[in-house]
Amino acid sequence: MSQIARKLIDENGVRTDGRKVDELRPIKITVGVLSNADGSAYIEQGKNKILAAVYGPREVHPRHLALSDRALLRCRYHMASFSVEERKTPAPSRRELEISKVIREALEPTIFLEQYPRTSIDLFVEVLQADGGTRCAGVTVASLALADAGIPMRDLVVACAAGKAEGQIVLDLNDVEDKDGESDVPVAFMPNLDAITLLQMDGLLTVEEFEKVLNLAVEGCRRIHALQKETLKAKYVAVKEEVEE
Amino acid sequence: MSSIMVSRIRQKQIAQLIASGKRLDGRGLTDYREIKIEPGIIERAEGSALVHIGKTEVLAGVKIETGEPFLDRPNEGVLTVNSEFVPLASPEFEAGPPGEESIELARVVDRGIRESKAIELGKLCIFPGKKVFVIFVDIYVLNHDGNLIDASAVAALAAILNTKMSNYEVKDEEVEIVPGFTQLPVVNYPIPVTFAEINGKLVVDPGLDEEEVMDARLTVAFEKGGKVCAMQKGGAGTFTKEQILEAVKIGRQKAEEIRKMVV
Repeated sequence: MSQIARKLIDENGVRTDGRKVDELRPIKITVGVLSNADGSAYIEQGKNKILAAVYGPREVHPRHLALSDRALLRCRYHMASFSVEERKTPAPSRRELEISKVIREALEPTIFLEQYPRTSIDLFVEVLQADGGTRCAGVTVASLALADAGIPMRDLVVACAAGKAEGQIVLDLNDVEDKDGESDVPVAFMPNLDAITLLQMDGLLTVEEFEKVLNLAVEGCRRIHALQKETLKAKYVAVKEEVEE
Repeated sequence: MSSIMVSRIRQKQIAQLIASGKRLDGRGLTDYREIKIEPGIIERAEGSALVHIGKTEVLAGVKIETGEPFLDRPNEGVLTVNSEFVPLASPEFEAGPPGEESIELARVVDRGIRESKAIELGKLCIFPGKKVFVIFVDIYVLNHDGNLIDASAVAALAAILNTKMSNYEVKDEEVEIVPGFTQLPVVNYPIPVTFAEINGKLVVDPGLDEEEVMDARLTVAFEKGGKVCAMQKGGAGTFTKEQILEAVKIGRQKAEEIRKMVV
């Protein structure tokens, strides 16, 4: 397949979408986009368009799932049927169930769940358009939705993938690089605590290459983290101006 | 994931021992439990293997059928990995559709086999775009005593290595079975090694009681050349970059040792 497709990186080191190997896709994030949710956020990263919403802490349904010593964190990652080239059936696939689990586990370490026993915090990540790296963009945007909901957190969680395509180590893989590249390593990271909360890998990498990829992914996370902070600040600056008027 | 299975006092004991570099069952932090592999124990399956890691027992079986290829891979056979946490394996397992843990496990095992290109799927095509062989690898957990991912992946690999396909001929666009068998074309041998993080320390091959107290889990799979071919972090805890690189280093050596037992 990859032979017919055009090269992922040309002789000038330029990728299919015009980026350099260590460059992120353009990212746009907004918080507080859904009025019904307790917290929400929206991200565009390349052609990815993803919405996240948080409901809770609220009463747990069904009740028997409630935990006596902490809040129950639930996460549903879901792709819209029109988000990809071939229509995806709306029923959750095994892939979506696995991603729901890893996103939940990426965010669980940051939330003070013990402050809300017998409640649930429900997190919904809807992929409206997919362009590779949706689980990472999903973590980045979900963490902002949690912050927007005012849920106490130890740190923001930010995620970014790095990998290998056309023999080179690349940052923030897009859809074709993810499919036709040699390897993809999504990483979620808590920048202030220096802790990794999600790590997956497919493809083939030598131990040395893996170390480089991991370092690059963490570097990508740090850059996206700066955008996350700006976005949150911008929201409160707007609120302040409104109050002063 | 605290549970009723391990009492608080025992949880504390496990964590304290590990802090001093010891484990409840007497192993060192990087010691693997004894592995036993019994290939070919299900005659009705094209391939099978029962794997014991300590008291953990996992049975993998391979069935082969013909079916349609994926649209984007018209010239390749199809690999499907599925796992069942049957209720006889643990008081915590319940009958019903596969849960999150079971789906994750099957997908991690699948990832190792697929990404290392263990099976030459290109050799399993009958009519391009129309008919190919579908390899079903079904994993049954029979007794859960921790580290189901490694046990399942080793069982799956041993089962596919043990798989014999019926010979066939193509007559008028139909597939006809003829006498004789051929070995499934297996060319790589992915082996995962799973770590638990307990009290900030990495522990190889966690037992069930250790899994109950662990903060997080990390699986690293290696192909025969020593390259990493799959990875998965699980659990609500975190890892540092240094811990991950250490796990890769230790895992590579462990995978080598385990591979010698399977192949």
